[in-house]
Amino acid sequence: MADISVHTPEREAEFGDYFALLKPRVMTLVVFTALVGLLVAPVSLHPFVAFCAILFIAVGGGASGALNMWWDADIDAVMKRTARRPVPSGRVSGGEALAIGLALSGFSVLMLGLATNWLAAGLLAFTIFFYAVVYSMWLKRSTPQNIVIGGAAGAFPPMIGWVAATGSVSLESVLMFALIFLWTPPHFWALALFMRSDYDDAGVPMLTVTHGRRSTRRHILAYTAILASFAVWLGFTSAGGPVYLVAAVALNAWFLKGAWEISRRDEDMAEADNFAVEKAFFKFSLLYLFIHFGALLADAALRAGGII
Amino acid sequence: MAIQAEHELHGRRKSRNVGVGLVLAGFIAIIFGLTVVKVEQIGAVDGFDNANVPGAAVTQ
Repeated sequence: MADISVHTPEREAEFGDYFALLKPRVMTLVVFTALVGLLVAPVSLHPFVAFCAILFIAVGGGASGALNMWWDADIDAVMKRTARRPVPSGRVSGGEALAIGLALSGFSVLMLGLATNWLAAGLLAFTIFFYAVVYSMWLKRSTPQNIVIGGAAGAFPPMIGWVAATGSVSLESVLMFALIFLWTPPHFWALALFMRSDYDDAGVPMLTVTHGRRSTRRHILAYTAILASFAVWLGFTSAGGPVYLVAAVALNAWFLKGAWEISRRDEDMAEADNFAVEKAFFKFSLLYLFIHFGALLADAALRAGGII
Repeated sequence: MAIQAEHELHGRRKSRNVGVGLVLAGFIAIIFGLTVVKVEQIGAVDGFDNANVPGAAVTQ
């Protein structure tokens, strides 16, 4: 009897493999921050239009993830963290990933434009271009500032949500952008301090390798200090409120304390407690972003309820 | 006699077919929903292709 698998040398993909191309875990952050940007805006959209706007922003983000997986399959295969992604593991071909990425990019931008406005659609198109071309193709492998510039792509969703509702880019949306943009470097550099070998193996220039770990620790402190001032500033705009201000002051004080401790430590101290401070700082950074945007949402709810 | 052997491959193909089907159905629902919302937001439109146009002279 003929073996059917002769005609399919690699494991044929199931639907979940295509879904994995869209980086679902990154997508949850995109959905959350875009939703907050949309809900804190002074203009309210019809709930169904708002749902569609968030969906198209998420699909656009997913499309840029698929394009990234197509381009980066060679280095993903080398790094432990990414070796099981659909393309390096052979479940989805590179060509399929490229086709899905391009098709979903086109659909998401077009649909967001039709559902809301073309400024929001243009920003989504720029975000996809920025992540897939400027970050993945151009900067990721050539400069240790890759994390800083790549962070911009992740920072656009709340701005797109805001623009989808209001039709214009205003100070509040720029500050929400700055919050994620400036948060990304300390977050990833803390990770790079305790997850050492992966990026070296793949030949991706991380700051820890090119400028040394001592310099990386100082970079974390510098970015955290700038981040703190922008994060608190957002509290004084129309998007902020009492809940956000209290949360921002407390979270940034704690974050700065962590960054200060990281900058004071050397490698011997870090090795001695197995990078406890760096790991704690990284874990806290996730909570930091989540609570900031959650607090914006809480203030928006209080305003909608007429309490403030 | 019909071929009954179920290869593991068929399960994966089925998951793909069902998935694509659901995505297409969802896309149709979204287009329909957006159309309803957008048309409602435009509100009542005065028709210029019938006789009930206020102010229009009726000449015969």
